[in-house]
Amino acid sequence: MLMEEWAASFGILSKNAILLYILKGTLFTLIISSIAVVIGVVFGSILALVRNYCNAPKYRVFKYAAIAYIEVFRNTPLLLWIFICVVFCPCPSIFRHKLFGLSTVETGLLFKASIALILFASSVIAEIIRGGLNSVPRGQFEAGVSQGFNIIQIMYLIILPQALRNVIPTLLSQIITTIKDSSYLANVATIELMARVRQLLASANLYNGLNAINVSDVFVLYGSAAAIYFIINFSLSLLVRRMQNNNQRKSRQVLGN
Amino acid sequence: METLFSPEAWLKVWTYRETFLLGFLTTVETAVFALIISLTLGVLFGLMSTSNKTSFRVIARVYVEFIQNTPLLLQICFLYYALSFSGHSIGILLSGIVSIGIYHGAYMAEVIRAGIQSIQKGQFEAAQSQGFNYFGMMYYIILPQSIKIILPPSVNQVVNLIKNTSCLYIIGGADLISLTYSFVTGVNTGGAYGPAYLVSGFLFFIFCYPLSKMASSWENNLKKRDQMRTLNKKEK
Repeated sequence: MLMEEWAASFGILSKNAILLYILKGTLFTLIISSIAVVIGVVFGSILALVRNYCNAPKYRVFKYAAIAYIEVFRNTPLLLWIFICVVFCPCPSIFRHKLFGLSTVETGLLFKASIALILFASSVIAEIIRGGLNSVPRGQFEAGVSQGFNIIQIMYLIILPQALRNVIPTLLSQIITTIKDSSYLANVATIELMARVRQLLASANLYNGLNAINVSDVFVLYGSAAAIYFIINFSLSLLVRRMQNNNQRKSRQVLGN
Repeated sequence: METLFSPEAWLKVWTYRETFLLGFLTTVETAVFALIISLTLGVLFGLMSTSNKTSFRVIARVYVEFIQNTPLLLQICFLYYALSFSGHSIGILLSGIVSIGIYHGAYMAEVIRAGIQSIQKGQFEAAQSQGFNYFGMMYYIILPQSIKIILPPSVNQVVNLIKNTSCLYIIGGADLISLTYSFVTGVNTGGAYGPAYLVSGFLFFIFCYPLSKMASSWENNLKKRDQMRTLNKKEK
């Protein structure tokens, strides 16, 4: 009896349509989180620069706005922002069409929830980049000014490249966090991996041919989802560790010379 | 957005203020018990990952890597559904507390490992040569020195833990976020989106902001002290 249940549960995974369903979910997870991190780096850089360098009395209001944004998003849960965006975020009409095999409602939800993820990720990334900015020596500014660069050029050509290079490992590990955070989208729509596995479990009685959901289904379905997440995130974290070791070796060499 | 400025919506929130209070209390309760579990696991696995025995280190490594590389939502769903479909359900709140505790235990273990490893090797050798046993050495020599390195990131973890109580929503919990959501979508209470989200966001903010502020100011003080120390060394 027990063996039958397990065999039936593994039988779910042998159906091509279900495998494709899970694979598509994995791709959505990866695409959503990479878009969130890329846009988050752009927004985050702007926020970090404003928070760190808008000290002139005329522009100080921007600095306080950036601080408020970062602190508010860092101290409230992502799920709240997803709910808020689902209700309040306007959705352009391009996303009201059927795309990538999603229904009209789902593409709208995908857009809105991704906005929430981007907003949330950019506040975390802003703090990471600010750490990088603080590690750039002051002399770099003075050198830039003395060479006749204006403030935008100094930021864009001199400070940001150095700051970003220092924080690349931390940014990569932020991708891991964002991949995990993207599972929060499962609360509002059935698009990415987590939501799809949950959906499959809810109708597992139809797929395993036993007319009932068993513990083995939970283990097989969530186990395979956990394996997919683990493989993606663990390989990323190995990459991060290797880069950190390289950076340490390089800085040690520089110090040694 | 217009509900934010409508007195009726605010009145509705005020009439059902006990819902928010109840949700907030559940969130606090979940956070406190999950914190206790995560600290226990964190200390245990943190010590294991710095021990001399390879088997202990491997176990701690597997725990940390596995937990840190899969989403909390998946772990909560797994625990909850696995237990309920096998007929041993422990309830929504307890499943949430246990899985949040296990998840953050992995992060606490990493924080504690980093703290212990930042202590120079000579300190361990000195303690052993003075006849301290393992627990005496950890308690009297290593912990007092590493606590200042451990505290700021672990307070940050506490903030994350509080935010992650919102995961209870997926298994139908009664925490602040879930109750807010059922409030704004309820038949009798629905519609007051703006005020309800603002109130629940505000409750989270007043809970988390002091903690994260404390952590960052500790961290800054630590950095300043380190800089002073290196400057003093250079002058000598």
